[in-house]
Parts: sequence; structure tokens; C-alpha cells
Amino acid sequence: MTTEVVDMITLVIDGFEVSVPKGTLVIRAAEKLGIQIPRFCDHPLLDPVGACRQCLVDIEINGRAFPKPQASCTIPVEPGMIVKTQLTSAVAQKAQEGIMEFLLVNHPLDCPVCDKGGECPLQNQAMSTGRGESRFEGKKRLFDKPINISSQVLLDRERCVLCARCTRFSEQIASDPFITLNERGALQQVGIYENQPFESYFSGNTVQICPVGALTGASYRFQARPFDLVSTPSSCEHCASGCAQRTDVRRGKTLRRLAGDDPEVNEEWNCDKGRWAFKYVTALDRITNPLVRDASGELREASWPEAIAAAADGLKGNRVGVLVGGRATVEDAYGYSKFARVTLGTNDIDFRSRVSSDEEREFLASHVVGTSTTYRDIDRADHVLLVGFEPEEESPIVFLRMLKHVKKRALKVSAVATKLSIGNEKLGATFLSVAPGSEADAISKIELTAKSVILVGERACESAGALSAVAALAHRTGAKIGWVPRRAGEPGAIAAGAIGNLLPGGRPVSDPAARVDVATVWGVDSIPSAVGKNADEIFVAAKTGQLDALVVGGVDPLDSALSAEALSALDQTFVVSFEIRPSAVTARANVVFPVAAVTEKSGSFMNWEGRAREFDTAVEGSLHRSDVRILSMLADAMGKSISLNSVKSASKEFASLSKWDGARATFTPSTSKSLSVGNDEALLTSWRRLLDDGSLQDGEVNLAGTARKSVVVISQKRASALGVVDGDAVKVSNSQGSVTLPVLVENIHDDAVWMPRNSRGSHLLETLGTASGTLVKVGKA
Amino acid sequence: MAENNDQPIESFRRDLGLEAVQSAPVQNHGPASIGNQLKGFWVTFITMFKKVNTVQYPEEREGTAPRFHGRHQLNRHADGLEKCIGCELCAWACPADAIYVEGAENTEENRMSPGERYGKVYQINYLRCIFCGLCIEACPTRALTMTNEFELADNSRASLIYEKQDLLAPLRQGMLMPPHPMYPDMDDSNYYKGDVLGAHPSQEQP
Repeated sequence: MTTEVVDMITLVIDGFEVSVPKGTLVIRAAEKLGIQIPRFCDHPLLDPVGACRQCLVDIEINGRAFPKPQASCTIPVEPGMIVKTQLTSAVAQKAQEGIMEFLLVNHPLDCPVCDKGGECPLQNQAMSTGRGESRFEGKKRLFDKPINISSQVLLDRERCVLCARCTRFSEQIASDPFITLNERGALQQVGIYENQPFESYFSGNTVQICPVGALTGASYRFQARPFDLVSTPSSCEHCASGCAQRTDVRRGKTLRRLAGDDPEVNEEWNCDKGRWAFKYVTALDRITNPLVRDASGELREASWPEAIAAAADGLKGNRVGVLVGGRATVEDAYGYSKFARVTLGTNDIDFRSRVSSDEEREFLASHVVGTSTTYRDIDRADHVLLVGFEPEEESPIVFLRMLKHVKKRALKVSAVATKLSIGNEKLGATFLSVAPGSEADAISKIELTAKSVILVGERACESAGALSAVAALAHRTGAKIGWVPRRAGEPGAIAAGAIGNLLPGGRPVSDPAARVDVATVWGVDSIPSAVGKNADEIFVAAKTGQLDALVVGGVDPLDSALSAEALSALDQTFVVSFEIRPSAVTARANVVFPVAAVTEKSGSFMNWEGRAREFDTAVEGSLHRSDVRILSMLADAMGKSISLNSVKSASKEFASLSKWDGARATFTPSTSKSLSVGNDEALLTSWRRLLDDGSLQDGEVNLAGTARKSVVVISQKRASALGVVDGDAVKVSNSQGSVTLPVLVENIHDDAVWMPRNSRGSHLLETLGTASGTLVKVGKA
Repeated sequence: MAENNDQPIESFRRDLGLEAVQSAPVQNHGPASIGNQLKGFWVTFITMFKKVNTVQYPEEREGTAPRFHGRHQLNRHADGLEKCIGCELCAWACPADAIYVEGAENTEENRMSPGERYGKVYQINYLRCIFCGLCIEACPTRALTMTNEFELADNSRASLIYEKQDLLAPLRQGMLMPPHPMYPDMDDSNYYKGDVLGAHPSQEQP
């Protein structure tokens, strides 16, 4: 890596000399000295605007002074500059006090009822650099308050100081310019476009960066004061972006979550799901005690020893499959991985509780685990290719990072997809339109360089041959592969070996040296050598009696491509379920163990880069335990200990196994197969939206209010053939069922039809039994 | 033995770090003179004929000083709406961490106070309260004041945590029990300015 040569400029601020890189703003140079100049509009990640004028300072360059105080947030440093802030210049101090007085002229005195009270930059800076008393005797400007600019963001225009942070964020960072400054002069105000609600996936960030209480979140409204809250740095459990967060808890209840500041990952942003979807933890139907199915077939509450004995009884000596789910922390996934191998003596374990394939499993083992494609690679990339991946819906912070470079240096983005999505339109992506199932052909024709990045989503496995084409493309061009699944636990689960063909640390099960390695650390004689079944095979084997029992973590059987088989497999076998709330699995389980939600336990996730995202217990005193502790107790009861009685010991042991320098797993490419499409038929394609009917978003009505509407998307050609226009109802059906939704004509492949996978009125796996790549009938409803 | 006893005491003093503290032996002056003793007894004797300050509490009671810091009270506006806006400034000011408040939003159907916000949960823990009055100084709406009531003994810890209903002022003449709407054509600032002098018939809810 070459380090760029940076020109340093030396200037004097308040009598102290400081050297900063060329182009640095005066306000930032002062920060470097620890001199704080008051400000509202200035934000390090937004372009300077000089809107609030609060940061006025006296500046002199080479003996020539500016005639008036200047806004230090818009002026870059110059050699020979002498800056006097409010600390040394009476002029600057008077100017700042004057500006503060102007800002407060129309600011209401409602601090006691304002959510920002106590953590408000306006309050703080009025105290530190404002006049003690107001001279204003007139009437303050009044507006109706508050107004909902979306179901989750409230706007109080009286409080606004017109700093334009929110409008600049929406325009420069999120590319959702739904919020703007209207009117002029004293009536200037933030507003939304008529007929266009502020429906952004990133609207919560405007609430966080608002320097006054003008924008507040509906779900935190009047909930608490900063001194009530105990803050814990945490990590987001909603997707594999890996945002740093701050969780604020009062009396055992999470009241809000804020984006943490991690320049390497999420900068200072996060998405609305990460910010507002946390009520599932306090849902009334949380399972709090172990449940055991008694002789009459009813689930009843049981003591821990009784439940553990019952589970051990049902599992001992039987053929068991383990389904981990994509939400487990690294430590928990490691616990499941070790439990399957040591206690159950099997490699039949899979974390992929979704549509998956064997091609994907081999791809993960050979091209994903142990590699490190990072956000930094996106920063440096000349071309980003998206395969089976909708960044805005499936990994919003990856989307923001790409958007940043699209705006900054016109980063080239191409998407191999069936439909041009809203997110890809914002990215200005080259849309390589393909029919569902024929992604492989399109990928093999693309030219990339060694500086390019291929971002592969979890849906790439739904098209046979696509991952093989990606592997070949990366091999041919030297481009880096980044695999970005939706669920936060998936990258960690691969590393922990919660999959049939890998042991912890990316060691192939088929490699004898790898098995010896792991057996030594685990203190066992041997590790089973046969590659285990994948999730679908586990369900089928359980249904046909080849497996006697299942250990199931946070899995929704309706997410599986074989949901009907999954449900009957759960009905027919002895099921031990680890869950936080009742689900289709607990309804069929023989033993249910309540486990801790993310805010109630410590642990770590691994984001798509493979970066560890550790977090501590945010809600102290919770009685819920992490999965790994319960698994360890269960293993003890079964006589084959895994000795992982705490999250800490699991993470320590996993760390000792995390590096593998032996040969990587091999990859056998597969080929694609295409289907012929009839006249009234189409190939189904879908993805999950960021805000949908996911169980981790339960109980959040305000958040659900900004979810995008469910629609059927078809091409113009098909629309003309069917004789429908936008908004008409269209029915999509197959032998299993049908879904009827309003139609939307968009840029989509003529052979394809798109619907959201799990949104209101559109639960594809449940109703159609399929989510992509299969033929469905499309007709006017 | 006497000599031996000195040793532990010395080491005890050393342990406590008392070596530097100066001490002097107590001097015994012997019995006082008869004159001095009579002087002392005279004080006792003459007091027998003075007015007695003792009150036979609880049968007899004397009022407290007007600004005595007693039990808190949550006041009401003249039409019965609560003055508390749930801002938690009292809890913030409290040096003993005795106050717990949760705010909530007033709605058209459920209006407890003028303006946007009211105190949904209000608790004062009298096991912790030191009656310093900082909460009263912090209250921006004069919702919280102190009464002269001082009889706050009880036989359980739980009953000494006073809830909102224990602290709210009683309804006086002309007041209506919230929730009810604000006085017609008045907003929250009229309430704070004292423009509302009593409930209006239209505020009565079925």
C-alpha cells in the first residue's frame, strides 16, 4: 500500500500553532487543538453549507484581516492564517452571542417537553456561548406542532434552526431527497413534498443528527431523559452490514438504539430497521421458562433440570440433525457446531434456514470463509458488480458506502438482476437484465479488473450456476468476491463451522489434518468424516425417518424452499427448539428452551467482511441465557461434554481455532438450466424488503408505516399483453396457491414477474411454496 | 500489666493513622464549690415555674412554619388539568434519586395536562427523599410544591413509595377530573399565564 503524500498547512488558532492537511476546515483544525467552536449545521460527513452562522471566528491571513467574522465551518485553512475564536477574540464572541440570540428569537421555550432536552446542542451551546438573557420581547413565530413527516419521524418546525443537516443528509448520503427547505425568510421551514411521504430507509439518521429537537422519532417520543438511560455499545442483529450501535436501556427495557460511530464500517449512519426494530425483545409472548411436551401432547412449563433431562433423553443415541438459523451469534453458532460433532457425532448441521443449494455450500467453503473483502475494497474499487444482491433492501450500509463513492467519484456499479430496483436506480447501476435462472450466462460475459469487487447476495444460490460463474469470473479477472447475506449470523456461522462441509475456522470436513486439528482442541478422539446433509436434506431425511430428532435454533420453517416437508419433518421427529418467542417450530417441539435476545446477552457477530462485531449485555439482569450455555448443559446431561459454559469460553476456544492454513475446500462448478416460458406464464423472482413482515420487526407499527407497498412488478410488454395499467390487480398463481396484488410496470425482464418475498399480502414461500426461478401463471385478477 | 496495655493501644492508634493527633490527659479538678453547685440547682428550680414548650403530640398539634418542607403535592390548573408535564426535571435535580417519572403524550381522547406531554408515572420514594426542595426549584410549571404534612411514617417500604394518585392535589371548587379537553379557545401558554380561572361547561365529558 502506498501512502499518499499530504500537504500540511500550519496555522495559528488562539495563539497555538497547528498543522493540518490541506483542505481541512478551520473548525476541524480547531478541534484538533481541543478548541470547540459552537456549531449546528457543521457535520464532518456532510458538505459544508454555512447555514447556521454559529461558528463565526475572527480570521487574519498574512496580516490582512477579514473585515467581518467568518464562518469557520466553510473556510479551509491557508498558510499563515491566524484564527481567533470566541476564547480570544471579543469580536468573535459577540458575533456568536448575537447569532445565538437570533436563533433563539423564534425557538420555543419548550425544553421541558422536548425529547432533545438534556442532550441538545442548542441548549448546551446557549449555556456555553450564548447571552445569559434574551432581549426579545415580541411574539415568537408559531407553527402547528408536531407534524408527521412519516409514520416514524415527527417534525416540529418551531424548534428548527434551519441548519439543513437533515436535507443535506437525505440528498447527499441517502439519495432520498424527500425533505427540503421551503419558503424564504422568517417563514423558511423544513417540509416534505406534497404527495410524496418521507419514506426513506435511512430517515432515522436525520433524527439523530438534528442539533435541536425539530426532528424526533415517534417511538421514542416522551419516553425518557438522557440521565434515565444506561447506554451500552452494541452491534446490530438485523443484517450482515455490521453497524456499530448504542443501545439505551431504562429499567430493563430498551428505549432506543442509535447509530454508533465506526468509520471503517457504518461511519455514523444506520438504517431504520437497525434503529427502530427492537420491540420483539419485550413482546408479551416471550418464552420465559423451558417447555416440555407431556404425555397428553400439551406443552407445559417445566424446570430447567426437567427440560434438560427430557431433551437429553430424546436426543441420546438417536440420529439427530441440527438447524442453527442465520441469527445466531458467532459463539452460539460455534456451540451448535461443537454440539453436533462432539455430542451428537454428526456433521448434519446447517445454518441456512432459507432457500439454499449445494453449489452455494461449496462456494462458501472455497471462496468465502477466511477471505477478507471489506468496505475498504468498495472504497477503492473501479467497478462493483452485484449478483443476486439488492444492497438497499438486503444490506443498507453496503448500499450507503457504494452510494458515497457513486456520488464522490462516479463509481461504476453493474447489477445482474431480473428487475431494476429503486436502490440500483439510485446507484446509477448498469442494469444487466436477465431472466431468472440465466444469471450465469450474463456473468460470464462481464469484464472486470483486479480492482473490481463482486458483491454476491444470498439469493445468487437460487439460480443454478450463478455462483460457479462468479467464481470463474473472479478467477479470470482477479476481482474480489464479497458475499453479503441478509442475516447477521450467517458469516459467523460459516466461520464457526455450523455447516455440513466445514469445521470451525473454515477447515474442510473432508481434510483429515483439519479433523485432527479440531479433535485435538476439543479433546475428542475423532470428528465424523462424512460431509453432512444440508438443510433441505435434513428436513427430507427427518420426514422419511432417516433422522430421529432435530435440534432447531432460530429457524422459521416457512423460510425454507421445502416448507411443507419442513413442517411435516418437525411433526414427525423429536424436536428440541431454542427460541425467544412462539413459532411454527415451538408449536411442534417436544422441548423448548427460552434463549436470550441480542440485547440480553454478550457475544459477537461477524459482518460480511469477516470483521468481529462484539457487543456486551445491554439489559442487565436478564434471566435469559445464551444458546451456547444451554447447549453446554444439555451436552453435560448427555454425557458428552462440550465444556462451553459461558460465552467467553466459547469465544476463547473459537479464537484458538479461527485460523486454518491448510488447503481450502475445492469447488466443482455447476451449470445453469433454463426453462421455457409460455404465454401467460412468467418466471417468479423476489427478494425480501428491508421493512417487511420479518419476525424481528414485530410490534413496531411506526416502522412498518414506512415499508414500501406490496406490488406485482411486470414489464411493459406483459402489461400491454394483459391489458393492465399501474394499480390494477394482478393474480400470480401456481399449483399451490395464488397471490393478488396491485401491478406496477417497471424495468423488468419480459419473462419475469417480481413480488416482495415476505411483505404484507405477499408471503411467497408460504402461499406459492417457491420464491424464485419457477414458472407461475400471471393473469388479470 | 498496666505497662503492657499501652502497647496494643499505641499500635491501634498507629493503625488508624492517629499518631499525629495530639492528645492531653483529662484533668480532674475535684468537686465544685457549694456556691457554684447552688447556682446550677437554681437554674433547675426556676425552670419549674416557666411556661412549658412540650406539646402532647399526637393528642395536641402545633402548626409547622409556613415554609416547612413536607410531603410533595402535584398541583392542578384551575380547571382540574394537571400541571405536571412529565419533563423529569425534578428527578434530574433530585440529589437522593428519590423521584421517578415517565412522560407520555396527551391525545384528544386522553388529555391530562395542557400541551403535548403529561406525567404518566410519578413516584416519590420517601425512604430516599431528604426534603431539600431542589425538585420544587426545578419544576418549570409549578406543578410540584411541598405541603406542610410531615407525618410520613409507615410500616412497610412499599407504602412509602408514593404514586401519582397519592401526590395529586384534590379537586377544588370549579375543577373537573381529567382527562378532559383544554379550556375552549385557550392553549397551553394561556394556562401558564393564568388566564384559565375555572372549568368551562364544554370541558365536561360524558
